[in-house]
Amino acid sequence: MTRVNVTVDGVLCSDDVEPRMLLVQYLRDTLGKVGTVVGCDTSNCGACTVHLDGRSVKSCNVLAVQADGHEVTTIEGIATSGELHPMQQAFHDNHALQCGYCTPGMIMQALDVLKENPNPSEQEIRVGLEGNLCRCTGYHNIVKAVAACASTMTAGGGAVEDDSPVTVVAS
Amino acid sequence: MTAVDDRPLPEIGSPRKRKEDRRLLTGRTRWTDNIQLPGMLHLAMVRSPFAHARITAIDTSDATSAAGVVVVFTGKDLQDSQGVNINAWPITADQVTPTHLPVVVDHVACAGEIVAVVVARTASAARDAAEKVDVDYDELPAVLDLKEAAADTVLAHPDLGTNKSAFWKLDSAEAGTGGDVDEAIARARVDGIVIEREYRQQRLVPSFMEPRSTVVDPTSEQMTVWSATQVPHILRFAIAATMGIPESKVRVIAPDVGGGFGGKLQTTPEEFATIAVARMLGKPCKFTETRSESMISAHHGRDQWQKLTLAAEKDGTVTGFKVELLADLGAYVALVGGGVPVLGAWMFNSIYKFPAYQFTCQTVLTNKTWVDAYRGAGRPEATFAIERIMDELAAEVGVDPLAIREKNWIRHDEFPFTTVAGMTYDSGNYEAATAKAVELFGYDELRAEQQRRRESNDPVQLGIGVSTFTEMCGLAPSRVLGSLSYGAGGWENASIRMLATGTVEVVTGTSPHGQGHETAWSQIVADRLGVPFESVEVLHGDTQIAPKGLDTYGSRSLVVGGEALVLAADKVIEKAKVFAAHLLEASADDLEFSGGRFAVKGTDKGIGITDIALATFAAHNLPDGAEPSIDADATYDPVSFSFPHGTHLCAMEVDTETGATTMRKYVCVDDIGTIINPLIVEGQVHGGLVQGIAQALWEGAEYDDQGTLVTGSFVDYTLPTAADTISFVTGHTTSLSTTNTLGTKGVGEAGTIASTPAVVNAIVDAVRHLGVDDVQMPCTPERVWKAIQTAGAHSGDVTGAAQPHFAGGTPNQDPSAGATDGAAQ
Repeated sequence: MTRVNVTVDGVLCSDDVEPRMLLVQYLRDTLGKVGTVVGCDTSNCGACTVHLDGRSVKSCNVLAVQADGHEVTTIEGIATSGELHPMQQAFHDNHALQCGYCTPGMIMQALDVLKENPNPSEQEIRVGLEGNLCRCTGYHNIVKAVAACASTMTAGGGAVEDDSPVTVVAS
Repeated sequence: MTAVDDRPLPEIGSPRKRKEDRRLLTGRTRWTDNIQLPGMLHLAMVRSPFAHARITAIDTSDATSAAGVVVVFTGKDLQDSQGVNINAWPITADQVTPTHLPVVVDHVACAGEIVAVVVARTASAARDAAEKVDVDYDELPAVLDLKEAAADTVLAHPDLGTNKSAFWKLDSAEAGTGGDVDEAIARARVDGIVIEREYRQQRLVPSFMEPRSTVVDPTSEQMTVWSATQVPHILRFAIAATMGIPESKVRVIAPDVGGGFGGKLQTTPEEFATIAVARMLGKPCKFTETRSESMISAHHGRDQWQKLTLAAEKDGTVTGFKVELLADLGAYVALVGGGVPVLGAWMFNSIYKFPAYQFTCQTVLTNKTWVDAYRGAGRPEATFAIERIMDELAAEVGVDPLAIREKNWIRHDEFPFTTVAGMTYDSGNYEAATAKAVELFGYDELRAEQQRRRESNDPVQLGIGVSTFTEMCGLAPSRVLGSLSYGAGGWENASIRMLATGTVEVVTGTSPHGQGHETAWSQIVADRLGVPFESVEVLHGDTQIAPKGLDTYGSRSLVVGGEALVLAADKVIEKAKVFAAHLLEASADDLEFSGGRFAVKGTDKGIGITDIALATFAAHNLPDGAEPSIDADATYDPVSFSFPHGTHLCAMEVDTETGATTMRKYVCVDDIGTIINPLIVEGQVHGGLVQGIAQALWEGAEYDDQGTLVTGSFVDYTLPTAADTISFVTGHTTSLSTTNTLGTKGVGEAGTIASTPAVVNAIVDAVRHLGVDDVQMPCTPERVWKAIQTAGAHSGDVTGAAQPHFAGGTPNQDPSAGATDGAAQ
């Protein structure tokens, strides 16, 4: 067993872990942070995506001991005082989730995409989310949500871009 | 015209954001694997690596003595307690149905079968110890190829003497619903057109994102089973029916369930094994599969060979259609596995007026993973076949694919229409949906661009694919199911509890796992009872809370379960009306109910339904002898199936030098009757489209010649990503269903059913002038390239036009490139 000190969603956690323990197992099994989920065993699906020191990682691809001394943010740590984070709100507003299983990882990755590129094109959003699989939404509304969130966040309450790259829905 | 314009009441048709989102967005979820119980033990499965084998010995001693291990069970240990995995739909009386034990005792019929169960203090200890279970197998020859299986040379289950499970037939001449198809074909051979094709429906893996998980708590009087399932009620029934446990002692809960797509429409070996172990040990137990286990042990979908013969007059008027299916069941006949291909019987004729039709289906056992429902279940296969062959007919006649469809489809003024398969379609307007799709697509402009690219011999050709689909959903009138020997009814239940403080609890027997029933059901009930949307709470997925139900699959939840809500709400209103009359001192005949309020006609006197709920709770002043309740319960048995339809148009660019394909545009116009929530409907359509597109382009469960699933993880089974897909243009036309009061039709499977042939038709259309008339799915660049190369006509030109991709002598070139046939990858 190895002692790790990890700040998870703002709380310093100190635990003895097996050296082989994955970060996602530490989050779920030791800390009860079950908002972060496991969807595959080959690091393809991205459902377990969290932030490590502010950048997205697949927590099935990081050992708990590698997080020692670092800061981890999960889906449970981004809403503040009961208010949804703008990305969570954008997912809600744009119906970007159905079963919701990929949603935690998708949101954490989407935040990373915007961190790197605050004003992405549709294609840049799509490429940025390539490591996260969703089986329900066909990605259409996820892409729309991320674009909408980018507009709100970059506009800072100002003008929303007219040349939104996402296709309109006719009815 | 849209449902939104015509909506009778404000909630129905409103794009309400989903009630269920908040917990899912914040990680406050209850996936089965999240559940931890005091003293809970963890299971790991030891699975057979062989497709077909006899077990000669199992040595569990090393595993049993490993740290943290409580016990290791083999099939022999569990054989009296584990129940059996049932087939609920024997499609013929003489169907050959191998016994499917959750944990096999001595015979393994496919790779991935459970041969032993390790129980330990932690999941990792169980998994570690599973590696130490030593199983001796005698390998047996495995039958893997569907056509070889049908020949019975190698048997999947030697004791059964055959691989042929059942033969099912629908013939329009015999049924009296149409003419003789062989006569029609014979006539067409003389003076008409006969198109003969054989299409492959590849095997798919449903690939719900949440791996399956089961937690069993046997420590109370009523055993509780949490499972990541679409069908908690059916699971409860199966447990009681096969494990010797009274149904009243079983509570099944489907908590938050992360997708299903038919893949969780199953009662699984893993569920039964976990229950058996938990009961033997008297301790809570959990089993959660890995993705790799899920790929090989959760049921697969599709997997058919389709032999098609279409007879037509020279002008393209179809005179007969004959369908001969060979369907792979895998190693066992799954819950509704035999019935899935048979659902195609009523769908191969689709939207068309064919005078003669015959459908036959031979189901076959092989040594592969079992096959059952996957989104669409029988109808995507049928739609693919008919929509592909209608394009072939159009090419033969030399007309636009839309024109050949229009010549043969049912006109809007001909509804209700009884088809050659004997199914009565209540409503539809194929002309309207097609006209709208053509407009949204810019059909003529894209055809013009296609022409320009052909004329300029552009290496990137453009193709346009059409799919004018219909489907039958809303499983199903119980009598029809009975006539098909289906093991259950098709009704759905709902109950409404009017709480004293003005809110409303709605209990539904449907079991959503992403569909948004909590939101849509609230909208229906809010409108019907005239209460605020926010006041309605929808409860589901727990047999203790929702004791009656038949769950969610087959696009049935709204058209059947939604109608049960309407019936229950109407009963509430009827009951409340008596109390309203009493409280208002008026005759019930003088009352009218609107906007949540009973009013005395012609006066300003009235009372709200929530006030009546409070008065009923107090029960101080009710009519003499009245039962103090306005709560109601209703069970609805549908009178018919539901027949959504639509026109899907797809533009694909095909690089004739590389075979690479790119989706340029996808437009769909679906007619699903009344739309309860357009936001949810769009989501269902988008997700459905991508699953269907994925079958056309990327996905396929591939086995090697040993029966090992080589696409056994998400590395090899290539689900589409955001970067592989595009945004879609969706639209709607509305023909109200006439068989339910809301006018709704199902939408859950529509996108998947329609999109696959639209994509393949587009690819073939792009290269048809090069002599290509088919590309097998998934249409990988390699397959497209090979189709072009072997088509003859222009292949030399294409090769000549190819750009050199690597300069000679460039390092890192694969010397064997081009020699492999890994087309499915």
